[in-house]
Amino acid sequence: MVPITTLHYLVVAAALFVLGVIGVLTRRNVVIVLMSIELILNAVNLNLVAFSRMWGNLHGQVFAIFVTVDAAAEAAVGLGILIAFFRNKETVNVDEIDLLKW
Amino acid sequence: MFFLDHIWLIPLFPAFGAAMMFFFGRRLQKATVNAVCVGVVVIAFLFACFAVVEYTHFAHGTGRPFQRIVYTWLGSGDGNLNFTKRDGTLAAFNADAGFLLDPLSSIWLLFVTGVGMLIHIYSTGYMAHEGGYYRFFGYMNLFMFSMLTLILANNYMLLFVGWEGVGLCSYLLIGFYFHRNSASTAANKAFIVNRIGDAGFILGALTLAWYLGSFRFTEINSLARSGHFAIGDPVLTAAALLLFVGACGKSAQIPLYVWLPDAMEGPTPVSALIHAATMVTAGVYMVARSNAVFVLAPKAMLVVAIVGATTAVFAASIGLVQNDIKRVLAYSTVSQLGYMFLALGVGAFAAGVFHVFTHAFFKALLFLGSGSVIHAMSGEQDMRNMGNLQKRIPTTYRTMLIGTLAIAGVFPFAGFFSKDEILWQTWTKESDAYRLLWFIGYATALMTAFYMFRLMYLTFYSPSRMSHEVEHHVHESPKSMTVPLVILAICSIGAGWLSWPHSLGGSAHFEKFVEPVFAREAIVLEEEGKSAQLASGEKEAEHTDKAEYLLMFLSLGAAAAGWGMARRSYLHAGKGYTEPIAVKAPPLYTVLYNKWFVDEAYDYAFTGRRKIDKIRLGVMGAGEASSWFDAKIIDGAVNDVGWVTRTVATLSTWWDKWIIDGLGVNGPAILARMISYPARLFEWGLVQWYALVMVAGLLGFGVYYVWK
Repeated sequence: MVPITTLHYLVVAAALFVLGVIGVLTRRNVVIVLMSIELILNAVNLNLVAFSRMWGNLHGQVFAIFVTVDAAAEAAVGLGILIAFFRNKETVNVDEIDLLKW
Repeated sequence: MFFLDHIWLIPLFPAFGAAMMFFFGRRLQKATVNAVCVGVVVIAFLFACFAVVEYTHFAHGTGRPFQRIVYTWLGSGDGNLNFTKRDGTLAAFNADAGFLLDPLSSIWLLFVTGVGMLIHIYSTGYMAHEGGYYRFFGYMNLFMFSMLTLILANNYMLLFVGWEGVGLCSYLLIGFYFHRNSASTAANKAFIVNRIGDAGFILGALTLAWYLGSFRFTEINSLARSGHFAIGDPVLTAAALLLFVGACGKSAQIPLYVWLPDAMEGPTPVSALIHAATMVTAGVYMVARSNAVFVLAPKAMLVVAIVGATTAVFAASIGLVQNDIKRVLAYSTVSQLGYMFLALGVGAFAAGVFHVFTHAFFKALLFLGSGSVIHAMSGEQDMRNMGNLQKRIPTTYRTMLIGTLAIAGVFPFAGFFSKDEILWQTWTKESDAYRLLWFIGYATALMTAFYMFRLMYLTFYSPSRMSHEVEHHVHESPKSMTVPLVILAICSIGAGWLSWPHSLGGSAHFEKFVEPVFAREAIVLEEEGKSAQLASGEKEAEHTDKAEYLLMFLSLGAAAAGWGMARRSYLHAGKGYTEPIAVKAPPLYTVLYNKWFVDEAYDYAFTGRRKIDKIRLGVMGAGEASSWFDAKIIDGAVNDVGWVTRTVATLSTWWDKWIIDGLGVNGPAILARMISYPARLFEWGLVQWYALVMVAGLLGFGVYYVWK
């Protein structure tokens, strides 16, 4: 059995990241876009933890916990904005959220 | 002393009658109206008689005034209502509901209530078939109330209340036949012309208060007599002249006499009561009441004398040719009032008052007589359509003849004594100017005799010029009308005897009675006369009687001459007769017949009825012109300035909007916007696109670095 190396983790993380980016770029629903952002963050987390394990210290793990907290806060703010927006426009479709121009 | 202490009740009796008519008159029977309205005047007359009798006991020939102050009507005694006098001190503004009885007001009180009573009785007959019966008597009672207030007032303010009251009643009664346009116009004319005089009166009274610090006659007179004020004091002269303006309005003197002839539009008893006997003498009363002030203003006195004499001859000349029986009498009244003012002006106050007294009787008699004639003629007033009534209405004829003899000044009728006294007093003022006034008065006496006998001849003697219709209805008036005529006729004979002159062996009771009111004035006037010519003082005493006889003889001559001329001209005046003046001097006749064109002149000068094209003439025209000047020139200038400002503002706005804001501010902004437009096209606002570009960029960078 091939031992699981850091490279494997990095491949999984890269795959997760690409999935997340594709999700952000292609999905119309803001909720799913937000979830895709979570995927990207988790891909980063996975990297951090993988490198933490590789170097044998806990800095990366601690940093991953910070990122998780940050993601939670970001989700809370993002959903709050989304609800406020839904009240005005009655839609969660990213295509229609185009006020932020000029 | 009951009647004297309750003297304030006298005006209230007729006031009660007026109030009754006002509230209940419409529902009352004519008999009830008669009982109330005539009754209250009879009571007032009796009350007045008793009060005067008590007063004579009270005064004991000293003439000291009796004053009864009921309450303070305007202002208060505690100094809450003060005004600053001319000398800078404070005086309380104080007008009482106070009543003053002295010889002067006694005389007015007696003849106003007496003649008023007779005219009220007469009216019950005269107005019997007229509509508005209770209204007429209500007004008459209201008039009696106002007149009695005027007479009995103890200060100028209360006198003014009566003064305005009689003016109001005069207006109401002249306009009694209000459905006739001419009557309501005449009423307005009387009211408006009187208003001018009233302004003078109130200014005069306020000037006196400002100068002397009181409205009360007693206080003003005692101050004026105190010797603190020089003869000819300018403020007192001004006050006297202003008061005289008021008298001119009320007593129909030039230039304010124009309302009185037109006032004949009212019912005849009104003409007799208000416009002959009582109200029009209010001006004389007021001047006589202010005698202490007038005496200190010789210039004002001279003005009074000149205006009086001028009015006398002027009105008499108009009276010569009028055809309306009442208008002749109206001008006669104006003329006789002129006599009274002549007397006041020369300082013969007692003589003036005496003429008021006698005139009240014979003029009331003549008016009531003319009313009786009009009644007999079924309303016809034009003497050209009368004639030969002598036998048909004998009582009216006889009484009117007595009145005519009295006014013409035939001995021993009342007018002889009073008129002669005035002419004599004018003559004895030792100055040539007064001789001229005497001559005017004398000429007036001649004219008076002429026009009065003309009236008599045209009405009673000459051949009948009546239409058959009218002639058929001619009838003597009822007892209620003839009895007052007879009483007045007796008074017209006897009233003069009260002042039988010394030169004819009499004792001049009347003058003795009134004299105390003017006593101090007589002394002042005498001193003035002495200082003017000390030398001739000696001989005066001896030539007095002879000259007086001569003047009496001349007066009688004038009366006889007037009579003779009238007889020659009108005794045989048939239908279409000609006036002798019209034959001898047609232009003069035209001028006199048109009343010297005074009304026309006033139309040109004051009333604004005359226009040339669209431009109004006279004072109203000046007002219109200044109004036009104000609207077009003053306001026009303002508007032009406004227009210029507005135009400048418009330009400035345009500049601000298009140049400053447009080029300066918005211009760069527009430019920036135009330039920025292409850049804006890159921004389409969709987050995912931005993310896609970012990813593409990252991939691009990645590819670039890997490849390199």
